[in-house]
Amino acid sequence: MHLWKNVVIERLMIPLLCFAAGMAQSRADDPPKAKQLAPPTQFRAEDVDGDAGTAIDLFWTLSPDDEEDTKPRKVLRYVISRKQIGGSEEAVVLESGSPFVFEVEEKKPEFEEIGEATYRKDTFRDSNCETGVPYLYRIQAFGPDNAASPTVELKEPIIATLQWFNLQRSWFAVFVFLICGAVIVFIEMARRGKTLKIRKIAGLEAIKDAVGRATEMGRSCLFVPGIQDINDIQTVAGITILAQVAKTTADYRATLEVPTSRSLVMTTARDTVEAAYLQAGRPDEYNEDDIYYITDEQFGYVASVTGKMVRDKPAACFYMGAFYAESLILAETGNSVGAIQVAGTAMPTQLPFFVAACDFTLIGEEFFAASAYLSGEPQQLGSLKGQDFGKLIGGILLLAGCLIMTISAFESRGEPPAEGKETVLQSAQIYLKENILGKGGFKP
Amino acid sequence: MLEILQNLDRRWIFLVMFVAVAVPLIMGTTFPETPSDQVLAVFDAVDNLPDGSNIVMALDYDPASAGELQPMASAFTRHCALKKHNIYFMTLWPPGINMIEGSINILNEEYPETYKGKYGTKYVNLGFRAGNEGVIKLVVEDLKKSYTTDIHGTNLDNIPLTKNLKNIQQVDLLANVSAGYPGSQEWVLYGSSPFDIPTVVGCTGVQAPIMLPYIPDQLTGMLAAIKGAAEYEQAIINHYPELAKNPKAKEGLVRMGPQLVAHVLLISLIVLGNVIYFLERRQGTA
Amino acid sequence: MKRTVPLLISAVTGFILIGTAFIPMFEEWGNDAMAWFNLLAAFAFILGGGNLLKMQLQKISAQQAGWGYAAVTLIAFFVTLFVGLAKVGVHPNAKFPEFSWSGNYLEVGSAFWWFFEYIFTPLSATMFALLAFYISSAAFRAFRAKNTEATILLIIAVIVLLGRTYASEWLTGGFPNEPIFGEGGITYSDFKLDHLSQIIMDDFTTPGMRAIKIGIALGVASTSLKVLLGVDRSYLGSDQEA
Repeated sequence: MHLWKNVVIERLMIPLLCFAAGMAQSRADDPPKAKQLAPPTQFRAEDVDGDAGTAIDLFWTLSPDDEEDTKPRKVLRYVISRKQIGGSEEAVVLESGSPFVFEVEEKKPEFEEIGEATYRKDTFRDSNCETGVPYLYRIQAFGPDNAASPTVELKEPIIATLQWFNLQRSWFAVFVFLICGAVIVFIEMARRGKTLKIRKIAGLEAIKDAVGRATEMGRSCLFVPGIQDINDIQTVAGITILAQVAKTTADYRATLEVPTSRSLVMTTARDTVEAAYLQAGRPDEYNEDDIYYITDEQFGYVASVTGKMVRDKPAACFYMGAFYAESLILAETGNSVGAIQVAGTAMPTQLPFFVAACDFTLIGEEFFAASAYLSGEPQQLGSLKGQDFGKLIGGILLLAGCLIMTISAFESRGEPPAEGKETVLQSAQIYLKENILGKGGFKP
Repeated sequence: MLEILQNLDRRWIFLVMFVAVAVPLIMGTTFPETPSDQVLAVFDAVDNLPDGSNIVMALDYDPASAGELQPMASAFTRHCALKKHNIYFMTLWPPGINMIEGSINILNEEYPETYKGKYGTKYVNLGFRAGNEGVIKLVVEDLKKSYTTDIHGTNLDNIPLTKNLKNIQQVDLLANVSAGYPGSQEWVLYGSSPFDIPTVVGCTGVQAPIMLPYIPDQLTGMLAAIKGAAEYEQAIINHYPELAKNPKAKEGLVRMGPQLVAHVLLISLIVLGNVIYFLERRQGTA
Repeated sequence: MKRTVPLLISAVTGFILIGTAFIPMFEEWGNDAMAWFNLLAAFAFILGGGNLLKMQLQKISAQQAGWGYAAVTLIAFFVTLFVGLAKVGVHPNAKFPEFSWSGNYLEVGSAFWWFFEYIFTPLSATMFALLAFYISSAAFRAFRAKNTEATILLIIAVIVLLGRTYASEWLTGGFPNEPIFGEGGITYSDFKLDHLSQIIMDDFTTPGMRAIKIGIALGVASTSLKVLLGVDRSYLGSDQEA
């Protein structure tokens, strides 16, 4: 009997206990069972066009649980993971026992979380790819209280490829080539002696008069080359005008002051003015200290220049370069001291202020044309003709675009054309928008 | 009389302008605003995003223009906070760091339950980087090439919000408040336009005409000057009425009073100037 | 030589960078060039600072008119430089408490922050606010109905000025949303000042701005080419020494 009892205990109780213990263990391991969400579908990937082979775009159809107006939301985010296919990652590990011996351990690539998209979003760009490496992607929707969907994996790995030419910018390249080519061709034509006619620009004619007046009155001329650095093309244009102004002041023996708000502009302006005085045959009259740096700080510079204006009362003020809010403060102060003022800028926002407060204003392209106009060199004038050719291209394109858009709008009567059933004009409209103005490039 | 007006010292005009601005400002007069379509586009761009979306807030202005731009930066911040968005602050202007501090104070003081003590998980301050549009070009392609650390010197790889952020093409919206260069136009030219990043901007009144051509393709919407800020504040209050009790949320609305009086004064001065002009002409021809 | 070498550098760099706009592999070269420029500009600060000191010291030593301002400039320059570099009043960074200079120079409560908050901010705001005064004097002096175009401009200015304030609601808020002629078409409310102001901005200012921008863009392209091709060299100074 005793023996039987032992057998029962051994044969029945022990497995029972093991089973109970196993159950308890398995319950402790399992997280509380969360509700399962419907997964996103139609998960696909595309290599990003026109890049250096470093990005892949992912697209999916939202999980059916990701509804627009449901509150509380069932889906909160989509987590994207990535795995490298083929090859293995190498990890350098320290060999046990020796502090100086390393060995390379092969690490099997696994899915790693690379980012997430919020609910109602159906795209994600992975910009951390290596060129030519195949990647496999996985997406999973997550909701509140650990609710998750089954993972959805790409069927095939995808590779980010390097494009040597950004085909999306093909049309842009064509226009750059046309406009730059036209400028170069006209410069070359002018070099070969073709005469080019250019209209009078009143603001530039006024420069000589203003300097002459300053000389008569025994007062100085003030030249402000804007508040941007020399890497701004407007500052360069301003400095080229400064060269012509300096030549005139050298001829008239008037004093020219150039306060700058950038150190590099000061250096460039000094070289330019020095060269102009040399060219005018009056190198001894050039004074380096008349071209000086004040501060990079916009309003600190304005305070200093306007203070100088009020104290010295210059007879002529030239504002040529890139200007911001200081334009009106400078021009009004110049006006209050009775100076003749000529301004030139390509900042459309500041043009109205200069027009209101100055005697002459070079508007936008006139400002860029000024140096060519003042120098009178035929090859410089050639660049202006090239510029006009660019305007012609722009005008033709604008006109053609407007006509095509208007007529095709009449054709479709407000309804978008059905795919594949577009008329010629509607196709032209789409091509204009998607390829010429958009990112389609030469693709049909 | 005509002689007095002809030789009127401009300091009298300055004095009248000072009174015209100061009195309504001191009295705190506000007027109801109706948000325009452009402002509603900005409001919708922030509001239609799912709660907790990622927003880059680039505050490119300085104390000089804070009078005009601070209300819209504050309104952007409050709106994002109401939507519990994750915010990445950055600036291309050195004094912009202090402007960012102002917005962070709003988050911590007015929305402590969402943002207080949650630096790195709900908001991050990337601070200032020199390089103007060069920085924009970098952050839209590779954020960590320009910003390796945040303003406190913490590596971006150790901050949850930036750990997986390769570039700002990954964010849901770019909100820029700008006073000039570098600013809204550069963000559109080098950021939103080439990479299709949804972008809204707030800018000064003089910048507005230059930004208008970019709407709606390259730019989702724009807040122009104090008027834009006031309308945006009104749009937020209309949608979140609890904000009406917060006087700080009406900075733009309060500034519309002085704007009204100043504009009327400007019109009066233009009219007066023309009266003088015509009287002069009559005397000249008589 | 003084002009040829820089010209060659600018031409080669410029044309390569134009090319990189179309080659994704090298797109970042433009950013690198920008970084180089920033480095150069940062070093040029020393040049600017040196020049500032020289000019102010000259004014003080010669006791020129307004030399007191020069003294104020110098004092402000050195005091700001000192509190910024020495991080006066800055607490060490929590991560590096052993390094007393590890804190942020703009830390709230530090001397530099104080200067920024209570001197720089109000002074900058004051200068910007001057615009309101200058705009009023310019409006008084310059906006004259001299001819038809100027008169149209004046009327438009008045519409926009009123349309951007609550005055538009006062003056035209009562316009009903009813058609003027028959069914559909233009309504009375279309003539509200704020609506007219928006039309002016959208339909007149924007196209005008676009046209100016196209002209400016072409001007920029043409001027850049002149610089790169060496057609315009005036900014480079002279080959000879004065």
